[in-house]
Amino acid sequence: MPCKFMHCCGVANKRWITFQHLNFLKRMYVTQYNKDLSQQAKPKSDPVAPPFLEKKHLGQEKTVLREIRPASPLHPPLSETSNRNEFKAVKSAAIVEDLATAVGAESKEEKQWKEMKLQLDDLPGILARLSKIKLTALVVSTASAGFAMAPVPFDLTCFLLTSIGTGLASCAANSINQFFEVPFDSNMNRTKNRPLVRGQISPLLAVSFAASCAVPGIALLTLGVNPLTGALGAFNIFLYTCCYTPMKRMSIVNTWVGAVVGAIPPIMGWTAATGSLDAGALLLGGILYSWQFPHFNALSWGLREDYSRGGYCMMSVTHPAMCRRVALRHCLALIGLSTMAPILDVTTWNFPLISLPINLYISYLGFRFYRDADRSSSRKLFFCSLWHLPMLLLLMLTCKKSLIEKENKSELLS
Amino acid sequence: MAAALRAGLRAGSGTRRCFSGAGGGAGLLAAERGHEPESRGSSFCPPAHSCNDWIGPPDRQSNLRPIVFHIPKNESPLGRRLREFRQETQVWNQQFWASQNVSFRKEKEEFVYSRLKAKGLEMKDETGQKVTLNAEEMADFYKDFLSKNFKKHMCYNREWYKRNFTITFLMGQVAFERAWRRLGWKKTKVGN
Repeated sequence: MPCKFMHCCGVANKRWITFQHLNFLKRMYVTQYNKDLSQQAKPKSDPVAPPFLEKKHLGQEKTVLREIRPASPLHPPLSETSNRNEFKAVKSAAIVEDLATAVGAESKEEKQWKEMKLQLDDLPGILARLSKIKLTALVVSTASAGFAMAPVPFDLTCFLLTSIGTGLASCAANSINQFFEVPFDSNMNRTKNRPLVRGQISPLLAVSFAASCAVPGIALLTLGVNPLTGALGAFNIFLYTCCYTPMKRMSIVNTWVGAVVGAIPPIMGWTAATGSLDAGALLLGGILYSWQFPHFNALSWGLREDYSRGGYCMMSVTHPAMCRRVALRHCLALIGLSTMAPILDVTTWNFPLISLPINLYISYLGFRFYRDADRSSSRKLFFCSLWHLPMLLLLMLTCKKSLIEKENKSELLS
Repeated sequence: MAAALRAGLRAGSGTRRCFSGAGGGAGLLAAERGHEPESRGSSFCPPAHSCNDWIGPPDRQSNLRPIVFHIPKNESPLGRRLREFRQETQVWNQQFWASQNVSFRKEKEEFVYSRLKAKGLEMKDETGQKVTLNAEEMADFYKDFLSKNFKKHMCYNREWYKRNFTITFLMGQVAFERAWRRLGWKKTKVGN
């Protein structure tokens, strides 16, 4: 269920910043100013760029005023009357220009009106965006990691069913989330091009799509895998859509709820493989849970203005010191959790050793963020978290305690 | 003179143009063509042959996209109820977000001004550039704004969730009703 599970995107309207978004352009906006027809050029950041990075330009905004000579007279002056004519001509030329600009602006505005007719060709793309397909893919990969780490022989059918079921559940949850958040998404830069905001799909269709993903997804998990995994999936959908999403506007506790949402998919992967909720599953969940905090807290540091205006209750706005403290705390927790892995027989002792460099690095960045509390340190921490998690999971997979080793160990003990 | 020019432009335009000054006129025009007129008096009129809703660019103040609703010829009472409720919700949403964003901007300006004054600085520096505070200085304002408007946001959220569910439920009912009707017509066709 996992919508925001991976939290690579974390919570609904903030997150997923891809590397494509790292490049953005400035646009010049020309506005008419008084009857003097002076041009005011105002550089403005590209709205497609994430507000997180856009913030950089707030301090660099400039307004440059340039004077433009009024339109030249239509007739050469001949006499007094012709002077008056000239004045009239200038005035009418100005009016013509005014109207022409108005008409031009209006025709431009008219072109931006779109018929709300569902285009079947566009439907796959629309549904992909509605279900936050990239985030869903990441969520499915954390569930797969959970499945792969489970100490049982690999079952391909079970693996595929788990992946598909988790993916469908994630699509459903993401769609409902977008359904709830239309006016809020409209007001935040990185979410304002979502399908429901743009009217490309009706709310009814969005809800129907969500239902048609949730039902087969949970059914697949419950009947095709095991009831425990199905229950976890259903619970996660509920947690994300009915707890986390409304809570975003009520209390800062939403971040902790969101972290749980992100932690459940790997647990689901594990329970799908083993059929039970072992310590190993909880450990994996714990790692994902802790990871959410440096990831999200760092990201939210640059979105404070949008959150404040949109009415979102986030630590970065209301309790900035706590925000940084919690991020650092959980960076350090990752070291502790990595050390727990061999103790719980999930990995060999190689894992805490080889993961120490990256864990120490993210903790260092967490400490810098805690101490400096500025945009640059928050960005560094956020971008580090993007590669830290996949790396950590990969290292974990390579250090997985093999079944043969375990059997030998238990034979020796008995 | 100006009026003559305007008329000339209109005649020469060739397409349906409704000037923003004629908001009411555009509204009537839209209504004649089977679409609900824009309450804000914007200039857009959907083409007469269209039987769908039309959605516009984001509003400058509220960032919400206005919708011009299509009034079907054989609109049922349920369909009418849905359309009117959606129109009402749109107006309500527009009012909330426009006032929210405007007051945010205004209060932000006031905050920046007062902070700069306290520092002994002007709003614009020597080159005419607007002086801004950095994110850390603005943090106090963001926190303050959020806590001041908390109750207002709570009320808005509750109301929004209620309306969103109601609209979607009504949409479902209307869709079902239409399907039922179509099924009914098919049956009579087959019967004849």
